[in-house]
Amino acid sequence: MIKTKFDYDKYLRKNTLPHIWCPGCGDGIILKALLRAIDKCEYPKDDVVVASGIGCASRLPGYVDFNTIHTTHGRALTFATGIKMFKPRLKVIAISGDGDALAIGGNHFIHAARRNIDITMIIFNNYTYGMTGGQYSPTQPLGTYSTTTSFGSIEQPFDACNLAQAAGATWVGRSTSYHAVQLEKFIVSALKHTGFSVLEVITNCHISFGRRNKMKSPVEMVKYQKEKAIPIRSAENMSDEELAGRFKTGIFLENTDKPEFSSEYRKMAETLKTK
Amino acid sequence: MAKNIKLMQGNEAIAEGAIIAGCNFFAGYPITPSSEIAELLSSKLPKTGGVFLQMEDEISALGAVLGAALGGAKAITASSGPGISLKQEHIGYASMSEIPCVIVNVMRGGPSTGLPTLPAQSDIMQAKWGTHGDHAIIAIVPSSVNESLYETIRAFNLSIKYRTPVLILTDEIIGHMREKVVVPDKSDVDIIDVKLPDVPPEEYNPYNYTSGAVTPLAPMGEGYRYHVTGLIHGETGFPSQKTETIKNAQNWLIDKIYKNIEDIEKFDEFQTEDADILVVAYGSTSRSTRQAVMMARTAGIKAGMFRPITIWPFPEKQISNLSKRIKKILVPEMNMGQIILEIQRNACESQVYGLNVVTGEPITPDQIYAKIKEIAES
Repeated sequence: MIKTKFDYDKYLRKNTLPHIWCPGCGDGIILKALLRAIDKCEYPKDDVVVASGIGCASRLPGYVDFNTIHTTHGRALTFATGIKMFKPRLKVIAISGDGDALAIGGNHFIHAARRNIDITMIIFNNYTYGMTGGQYSPTQPLGTYSTTTSFGSIEQPFDACNLAQAAGATWVGRSTSYHAVQLEKFIVSALKHTGFSVLEVITNCHISFGRRNKMKSPVEMVKYQKEKAIPIRSAENMSDEELAGRFKTGIFLENTDKPEFSSEYRKMAETLKTK
Repeated sequence: MAKNIKLMQGNEAIAEGAIIAGCNFFAGYPITPSSEIAELLSSKLPKTGGVFLQMEDEISALGAVLGAALGGAKAITASSGPGISLKQEHIGYASMSEIPCVIVNVMRGGPSTGLPTLPAQSDIMQAKWGTHGDHAIIAIVPSSVNESLYETIRAFNLSIKYRTPVLILTDEIIGHMREKVVVPDKSDVDIIDVKLPDVPPEEYNPYNYTSGAVTPLAPMGEGYRYHVTGLIHGETGFPSQKTETIKNAQNWLIDKIYKNIEDIEKFDEFQTEDADILVVAYGSTSRSTRQAVMMARTAGIKAGMFRPITIWPFPEKQISNLSKRIKKILVPEMNMGQIILEIQRNACESQVYGLNVVTGEPITPDQIYAKIKEIAES
């Protein structure tokens, strides 16, 4: 098989580059995986909407040549819900950080999951509010440090994947910016799923998070991802002690039985028309 | 053709006006006294090919409206005082990103939870200044059920023409009152539709700050791929911190409204020609005022009424001109004194009096007449 180089230029708005992400940031790896995944799915560029909130990850839509909406903090899913319901033929992707998705946008997150609306949400989880200088986020591990947890975090963190499943999402998975090949595969799977799909990607912010937690270089943070990630199947045979401080990766849920919201709405509208 | 006359509630007239205007998207959150608008549209929109959504909160309701509007929908949301406070974040986004939408505020007493079931006119200044940052807004204050229907159609037209959020400020009285409405046929009213830009996608810029013309917003998914952001952006839509761009973008948000004020303004005058006392009243208060003016005329006092229908941008020129010949102006409001500030600013040659009633009850004609008499004798 001849491996050809992937043409990112096809999808990038090159005049908006360079991006704002710090050298060594994991967000660019996720961006590239997303573009390869969209290409694999063969969606026409005109039919893809990428909506985001506020934060480092949420700057992604500006760089990609689709219909792009950089919305308000935490609200990407609200705009995404509006456009998906009005034009269901569009492929709608929501990009969010951990603070954006799970703190200020937490309510929209659980309700989009409850509705099971056909939107793919990618959460860039770097355990911190990077853009504002590294305050603690709702996913920050217990005991870790930030500019607002100088004595170590004493708040229990959210597990975005558990939350998504409990709230009703029908595709839920987790990967990391280190596992770039797996990441691309998971994005393809999430995009192809009909319903609310949530992919949490552990990514590195060595500047705002790593620096304060003995991982000041991107290499150290990528090593952390590599070492702490446990595939679901391996985790099955591990004790709680062995799993402490680690996170599971894989596809946790793929449920195709639950009706999708935008198509249920159209079905209801159709029955009303014929009456 | 026989007129289609119906007895309707104010909130119902807004829902009816929206459907006539071609509204095909509503997202909202339940709140008194506006909920009937959502309830009615929840049964109308699915039958007309539109979308009705009850969202998880007020913020997401306007977010969904803006998302749909970016897809080319004629979209509306409805709420009241506390809900409008929550919506301010996305009113600012709609202003900044120039996304057309209609936002109904059936005003009730405040601040906070205030008086959910009782009327007030206390969100007049919030409508103009509620969201942070410099921007202009259009706000309309209907004073009857019939006017609520027609002004809702006009609100949709203005929102698309000027790519701006348009607020309709009714109050609990107008919203819940039932009155005669002459329901127009679609062909009898002017309706501005969402259309594609008249340039091909490769030549399309979603913004234009300097030509003076408002660029149509291309519906997403039709081949015009562009970027939308709440950051200050250039004409291509991408964020910019260049001083020239910031200046142009900020000026444009104000200029596109104020330079077109003659197209946006709308008002009504009643017996102002020979008036010695002018009463400036809007919304439900203008109904009592009309009666009070007639009572004053019977008593030999030459009173008249100026009634803004578009309240933002404020009809500064009209008030200023009236002030040149009418030296006493009374401003009755169901608030502690809001639009009176605009009157004082523009009626420099007149003595301006307020009548502020905040009891949860309408201002009566007797109260206004008594004040007119007091002013006439002063």
